[in-house]
Amino acid sequence: MKPPAQNRKVSTASSAGAAELLHERELRRIVDTVLRLAKSTGAEEAEVHVDEVADALTRFANNAIHQNVAEHGLTVSIRTVVDGRTARATTNRIHEDSLRSAIEVSLSLAHRQPKDPRLLPMPGKQRYRAVNRFIKQTAALSAEERARAVRRACDLAVKKGQVAAGIYSNGQSQSVVGNSRGLFAAYRETHSEFSITAQEGPAASWAKANSTDVRAFDPQKLAARACQKAHLAVNSRELAPGRYTVILEPAAVLDLVGFLFYDFAATALEDKRSCLNERMAKQLFGQNISISDDVYHALQQGAPFDGEGLPRQRVLLVDCGIPKNLVYSRAAAQAAGKRPTGHGFALPNEYGEAPMNLVFGGGDSSMDKMVTSTDRGLLVTRLWYIREVDPYEKVMTGMTRDGLFLVENGRVTGAARNFRFNQSLIEMLKNVELLGPAVRATGEEAFEMVVPAMKVRDFCFSEVTKF
Amino acid sequence: MWDLCTNALDTAKLRGATYGDVRVMHLRQRDLTTKNGQVGTLAQSESLGLGIRVLANGAWGFASTDRLTREGLAACAAQAVSIAKASALAKRSEVVLAPEKAYVDSWQSPFRKDPFEIPLETQLALLLAADAEMRRVKGVTLTETDMQFRKIDSWFASSIGSRIHQRKVISGCGIAATSFQGEEIQKRSYPNGFGGQHSLQGYELVESLDLMRNAPLIAEEAAVLHSVSQCPEKVGTLILGGSQLGLQIHESIGHPIELDRVLGQEANFAGTSFLTLDQLDQLKYASSIVNVVADARLDHGQGLGTFAYDDEGVPAQCTDIIKDGTFRGYLSNRETAHLVGLDRSSGTMRTESWNRLPIIRMTNVSLLPGTWDYDDLISDTHDGILMETNRSWSIDDRRYQFQFSTEIGWEIKGGKKVRMLKNPSYSGISTEFWNSCDAICRFDHWTLWGTPNCGKGQPMQTVGTGHGAAPARFRNVHIGTAFSNQ
Repeated sequence: MKPPAQNRKVSTASSAGAAELLHERELRRIVDTVLRLAKSTGAEEAEVHVDEVADALTRFANNAIHQNVAEHGLTVSIRTVVDGRTARATTNRIHEDSLRSAIEVSLSLAHRQPKDPRLLPMPGKQRYRAVNRFIKQTAALSAEERARAVRRACDLAVKKGQVAAGIYSNGQSQSVVGNSRGLFAAYRETHSEFSITAQEGPAASWAKANSTDVRAFDPQKLAARACQKAHLAVNSRELAPGRYTVILEPAAVLDLVGFLFYDFAATALEDKRSCLNERMAKQLFGQNISISDDVYHALQQGAPFDGEGLPRQRVLLVDCGIPKNLVYSRAAAQAAGKRPTGHGFALPNEYGEAPMNLVFGGGDSSMDKMVTSTDRGLLVTRLWYIREVDPYEKVMTGMTRDGLFLVENGRVTGAARNFRFNQSLIEMLKNVELLGPAVRATGEEAFEMVVPAMKVRDFCFSEVTKF
Repeated sequence: MWDLCTNALDTAKLRGATYGDVRVMHLRQRDLTTKNGQVGTLAQSESLGLGIRVLANGAWGFASTDRLTREGLAACAAQAVSIAKASALAKRSEVVLAPEKAYVDSWQSPFRKDPFEIPLETQLALLLAADAEMRRVKGVTLTETDMQFRKIDSWFASSIGSRIHQRKVISGCGIAATSFQGEEIQKRSYPNGFGGQHSLQGYELVESLDLMRNAPLIAEEAAVLHSVSQCPEKVGTLILGGSQLGLQIHESIGHPIELDRVLGQEANFAGTSFLTLDQLDQLKYASSIVNVVADARLDHGQGLGTFAYDDEGVPAQCTDIIKDGTFRGYLSNRETAHLVGLDRSSGTMRTESWNRLPIIRMTNVSLLPGTWDYDDLISDTHDGILMETNRSWSIDDRRYQFQFSTEIGWEIKGGKKVRMLKNPSYSGISTEFWNSCDAICRFDHWTLWGTPNCGKGQPMQTVGTGHGAAPARFRNVHIGTAFSNQ
C-alpha cells in the first residue's frame, strides 16, 4: 500500500501554523486497506478506527510565553474477531507491513483468551445526523497570532501590576470508524481554548473559554475579567468552616457534576458501582434538575457516533429530579433487553458506556440576581482537585480556587480564604435554589458540558487553607 | 534513529535555532483487565515519533510528528523554530541554560523476565484465577484485575553533541474487590489502589505479588467493611501504611518541590507551591527524623522515576529534599537551576511521549527508612488509627491543605490492632503534618511504590513517579474529616 503519509500536507517551514489533516478519502483508504488485510489473515470480522490530530498550544506564565508546542499524530486502531473472541491493536505506523503486523497482533491476542459470551456481531451500515463543527478560522490560527494575543493579555496584567499565566490553544482532529460489515462513519472538528490566571500578590483569579470557533471568545475580555477579579480577591479574610449558601459559577458546577456522568452507564449499574443503584425512577434530586445527553446540542462537541460506530441518541437522563433513563452500549442493551443508545466505548473494555455530552436544564437567573437574593453566602469562581470520597452518596471533596468571594446583604463584600469542601452531589442537587442559563462551561476536572450557574443552600465546607 | 535526530537538528540550526534537542521514542504497551471473571480490556499498542525542542531568538519552540520521512522531519524542525520565534514576541527575558556535558551512552533498565515474552495465556490465567478467588467470597459484587506492561525506547540527541539511547521496561499489576450492600459501596485493592503496584521491572514484579493468597483476603475485607464501625472524627495518632504514605509524599512533598511550580509556570493549571525560594535551607519542613531524597539512580531501586538520563540529557542524580527535617532542595532543570544557586540541573526533565515537551517531574521522591520495627511501632501506640490503601486524595493548589481517605482502617488500643474501621480519612497542613512524624519503620518494611498516573502540564502529560516509604506514625492529626458533616 502506498503510505498516505506521502500525501500528507505539512505546514511549510515559514509558517508556525498547524499541520493540515488528511482528506477523508485518505482515511477511508486506510480503513479499506486494513479490512482487506484482515480478511486475508483470517479475521472473521474487523473494525478500524483512524484518529488524526493537529494541535498547537501556547503557554504563558510570569507575563511571558514559556512553552509553545505543536503536534501532529495519526493512529490506526484495529479490532479483530475470531471464534467469539476479540482484541485490539493500535499503531501509528501506516505502511502496509505495519498495518498487517497490527492485525496479526490483534488476532494473536484474540486467539489466546477464553470466548466472550457477550460478544455481539459487529453492527452494519448506519445513518448519521450531520454535524458541522469544523471552523476554518480556528484551524488557521497561527503561533504568531496566539503569541500576539498572549502579549496583549500579559501587557494588561503588567499594567495592573499583576502576573498572568495561562494558555491559548487551537487544533483540529478527525476520526473515522469502519468495519467489515460495511459500517463507515467520519467526523472532524476544530477546537480552541483560552485560559488565564491573574495573580496580584497572594490573590488570584481565573477566566477560561473553549469553543469550536475561535471567534466565539475574546482573549482580551477574558484577561480583563481575570484581572478584575484578582484585584477583588486581594485581602481575603478567613471564615469559619460550615454550611454556606454558595453561588457556583458554571465552571464550578461543571467540575462537580462532571463526576456524575459515569453513574448513568447501564454497565455501572449492572456492576453495582453507580450511585443510581436502587434509585432509578425516584425523586433523587430537586424538581428543578433535568439532565440529558445530547451530542447534537449547539454548544456541544464530539462525534455523533460511539466506539462501535453506532449513532448517538439524545437521552433524557433526569427529568425534574427523577433519574429516568440510562445509556447503553450494544452489549449492555442486549443484557438489559433495551435498545443501544450509541454511547459505547471502543471494544473490548470493561466499562461499557457513558454519556459524554451532558446538558443540564438551565433557568433564567442571572449571576446578579443570585447575588442580590443572598443574605450571606459565597461566590465560587472555580473548584480544584475534586475526588470522590463516598461513591454511593457521591460525596466529593476538593478546594475552592482563584476567587472565593463573600456575599452579604445582596452584594459582594470581599474575598475569603479558600475552603475545602466535602459535599454530597445528591444532596447538592436537592438544594439548588436558582439556576442561570445553561452555557458551555469549561473547567479542569471534567470535560466540557452545558451547565448553568447554580445557587445552592447548605453547601458543606469542612476546613480552610492558608490563602 | 540517530539519522532522524541529526536531520532534525541540522534543519533547526539552519533555520536559526541556537540550541536544539530531539527525542525519537518508540512506545509499546499491553493492557489486560478482567471483570467478574470475564476478560475486559485486551489490547496492545505501539507509537513511534519524534519531538524537537529548540531555542531561537532566546525563546522556546517545540514540534512533534509521526511522519518520520526526511520531508516530515524537516517540516517539523522548521515548525519548532517558527514557533520559538513566535514565542519571542511575548518574552520578558532570554532563556539561559545551565551548562551540561555531552554524553554518548546506551542504557537498559534491568529486568529478569520480558513481560511481552510471557505467554498471554499465562498472564490471563493468573488474572482470571485471582478474579475467581475474590468472587468466591459472599457479599462481593464486583471483581477487577489488571496488568499493564510497557517497553519504551528513546533516542535523545542534542546540539551540544549528546546521543543517548535508553530502554525501559515497566510492569504493573493489581486486583480489587467491591461490595455493594444497603446504601454503601466498599472496596479493597491489592497491593495498592488504582491499578496496583507499578515499577521498572519485568514480569518478575507480577510473580512477586502473590495475588492468589491476597485475593480472598481483600475480598473478605471488602464484604466485612459494611458491618464495622465508622472511623471516628478526632484529633489523634495516625499510622499510615507504606502505599498511602507514598501518595502523601507525592502530594505534600513531591509536587511542592517542583521548581516550575515554585516559579509560577504552572499557576494556571497544576498550581504553585508554598515552598517559595526564601524557604530553601530555612524551612523546618518536618521533624528531625524525616529525610527525603529525589533519587533517579538505579541504586535507589527500580522505580517509575528511575532512569540513567533525564529527557534533557542530564544524568540521573540523588538530591536531598529534606535533611534531618530541614528543606534542602528543589527539582530543577537546565533553565531554572541557576535560580536556586545551582550550577547544574538536578536532572528531572521528563516527558510522557515523543509528542510532549519535557517538563520538571518527580523522579523517585522517597522517605528514607527509619529505625522502627513495624510490630514495635504498633505495640508502642497506646491509642491511634492505622490507615491503609488510598481511596481518595486532594490538596490545594499551593500544596498546603490536604485530605486523604483510605479503603480500610484499624483502631489501635494499648499497642494492639483491636478492630477494623470503615471510611477512614485524615487531613492537615503539609508542614504541620510532617513535623508531627515521630516514628518511621526501617528498611525491611520499605517499598518503592509506583504512582503511574501523575498528570501535569498543558497539554496534559501523565508520567509515573516512584515513592519509597515504610509505615510511619504521626501525632495530633485531624482524623475523620471527610465524613464529619455527612
